[in-house]
Amino acid sequence: MTEKTDNPLWMSGNEAIALAAYEAGVKVASGYPGTPSTEILENLSCYEGVYTEWAPNEKVGLEVAIGASFAGVRALATMKHVGLNVAADPLFTASYTGVRGGLVVLVADDPEMHSSQNEQDSRNYAFAAKLPMLEPSDPAEAKELLKQAFAISEEYDTPVLFRTTTRIAHVKGVLAKGEMLSSLVIPGIEKMPAKFVMLPGNARARRVVVEERMRRLRDMTENAPFNIVEEGDSRRGFITSSVSYLYVKEAFPEAKVLKLGMCWPLPEQMIRDFASSVEQLYVVEELDPFLELHIKAMGIICHGKDLIPNQGELNTAIVRKAIDPASVAELFAPVALPMRPPNMCAGCPHRGIFYNLSRMKLFVSGDIGCYTLGFLPPLSAMDSCVCMGASVGIAHGMAKALGDDAKGKVVSVIGDSTFIHSGLSGLINTVYNGSSSLLIILDNRITAMTGQQNNPASGCNIKGEAANAIDLEALCRAVGVKHVDVVNPHDINASRKVLDKALERDEASVVIARAPCVLLPEMKKAVHLPYRTQVASCTGCMACVRLGCPAISWNPVSPQKAKALGYKEKQKGFALINEVQCNGCGQCQALCKFDAIVRREA
Amino acid sequence: MGAQGNILFSGVGGQGILLASEIMAYALLAAGYDAKKSEVHGMAQRGGSVTAQLRYGDKVYSPLIEPGRADIQVAFEMMEAVRYLPYLHKGSTVIVNTQKILPPAVATGQTSYPEDVLNHISSLGMKVVLVDAFDLAREVGEVRTANVVMVGAVSTFLPMDASVYARIISARVPARFRDVNLQAFAAGRKVSQ
Repeated sequence: MTEKTDNPLWMSGNEAIALAAYEAGVKVASGYPGTPSTEILENLSCYEGVYTEWAPNEKVGLEVAIGASFAGVRALATMKHVGLNVAADPLFTASYTGVRGGLVVLVADDPEMHSSQNEQDSRNYAFAAKLPMLEPSDPAEAKELLKQAFAISEEYDTPVLFRTTTRIAHVKGVLAKGEMLSSLVIPGIEKMPAKFVMLPGNARARRVVVEERMRRLRDMTENAPFNIVEEGDSRRGFITSSVSYLYVKEAFPEAKVLKLGMCWPLPEQMIRDFASSVEQLYVVEELDPFLELHIKAMGIICHGKDLIPNQGELNTAIVRKAIDPASVAELFAPVALPMRPPNMCAGCPHRGIFYNLSRMKLFVSGDIGCYTLGFLPPLSAMDSCVCMGASVGIAHGMAKALGDDAKGKVVSVIGDSTFIHSGLSGLINTVYNGSSSLLIILDNRITAMTGQQNNPASGCNIKGEAANAIDLEALCRAVGVKHVDVVNPHDINASRKVLDKALERDEASVVIARAPCVLLPEMKKAVHLPYRTQVASCTGCMACVRLGCPAISWNPVSPQKAKALGYKEKQKGFALINEVQCNGCGQCQALCKFDAIVRREA
Repeated sequence: MGAQGNILFSGVGGQGILLASEIMAYALLAAGYDAKKSEVHGMAQRGGSVTAQLRYGDKVYSPLIEPGRADIQVAFEMMEAVRYLPYLHKGSTVIVNTQKILPPAVATGQTSYPEDVLNHISSLGMKVVLVDAFDLAREVGEVRTANVVMVGAVSTFLPMDASVYARIISARVPARFRDVNLQAFAAGRKVSQ
């Protein structure tokens, strides 16, 4: 077998997008981590000549990118789909101001909710904000299309939305390096009040410009290189975009296909011509019937969500079965197995707090992060989770709704990064409007869930260089919280006393549970003396097992074996610590009343 | 060329599935194939069931393996060899690391580990290759190379020379772990040869 002499790149969609942003001459990029978008900025931060940053939230990230565009450089804002909700405010008005340097807003949707709380379809934002949106189907196309997005942005004086999904962002594929591009815009301060100052008078004038721009974009899409008709058997014709295109190509390789690289605005004449050239027209798209609705609004008859599911991801099998049910082969039946849900890591500081909360008969208003796993058994210590920052406002709302009945019974729990993202304004409200709900900030010094990104409380920037670290205690006091306690969550018994006391208060209080994430590089490098079980002393009380730590397992024994081990005959088993997995946090030792857990000596 | 195939990697977060699937992907690319690989990050990484799907051929469109069309499954944990059974077909080869990692419901004593899973796969007509990857990795001196042992075991079912993998492994692991990883690969390859 011969080997290829050229050297193709093997990259994820997110790596490809970072490379494309670099090649497109992006100078400023800002965003907030969110699966599946996170690795774009992480990778882009490694290229020379591009300023990258983690913003406290997506709204700020987009505003930074708008500012860079106003200054005449190419700019990129990245976020996950729910982040675009946060950034929607600047987005809708940036549509009016337009740009100077090319501005691309990258949004990564998560159909199937692999790591999200909803599966909204961000294409609706393109329609609502009157903005063009490009959609690649794989990493190689993402790279080419992103570079075109910057050119479109500058030529049509518009922010460009760029939508990926999990199966583009986290798919690896083959692609090639490309040429370096640059903007024709000259950076500098330009005062353009009629364009940049969106007071009603100016905005009304820009509103007209927006419509004219969309008309010009519609004309452009009719001949754009990314909207392609692939000839084939015209008995079935498919209009599709994004990763759905790939599933159509595999399920119906012979069929005629109109592949849209731009899902808004749509090339109406191209769609009409295509529709009239095929016998049956199918629109295949994930999530909402976005293309379908607009195609039907043109008066074109087509199949769409009458056959294709509007929930979850598609794949080749789903597309084939929806359109040609007879073609589906029989599959092996699944076998019922114990579930293997994600779990907090061994030594995770969050576990200590959730263990306490699980014993306290409280309503726990939760938030978005690793700690949302506190919902899962055996701790089962989270009672609501809606969106970033919501925990604080929801707890306050419950406290106001129930008055004295809620006193000492409602707490909110939020991570350090999520608190800075959008929890702080909730805390301001709690203090200003006076409720006694307790806020627990789980400060593990990092944005952990998305894979260890620094944040404004970590003390480092995106490149790991020293940066200001927010003093969370001072911040909480500054907004009017009089009672701010700091606890070590690994010290379960001491933390419990502080929590109990805080719940008795008649005014807002904050408990900061501070211990670093065990996945931090410095924590991984550190030598942890693991704990081990003195099996002979274990009484099988299961106190440690109830922590749900992955390093602790329960080993059932028969009455005979119990006797042989020197246990009481009725002892059902014993707990065992896996010393390889143990990170030495000591939470289990604090719970053992029989001295059966000891630390290994150095 | 003209060959195509689908390799499903399954296991538990933290077992090194991503590196193993990367080595396989680079080996297939070196042999001139087109390839695509799908991974899920985020929530799925915290000790949960993890898969990577690797597809290769002259031209690969979809990044996802269709149910019933995985030709090879590389299972890094015993029970995870059967979790994705609907993806397999009668002619599939299932390479299983016989290591057991207890899921939470088993670790907390609520249910027991399903011990007979491999018999079930064999009874469906599939070829099952057992690899004690953890033990072999320990023998070469580094338990964390169990994932590379698995790469070695699967390598005999693909057309590339062992030298292709050796080059890729050498390029992709830190220099101080190179030799131990090459030994791990060789140990795994021996199991299935």
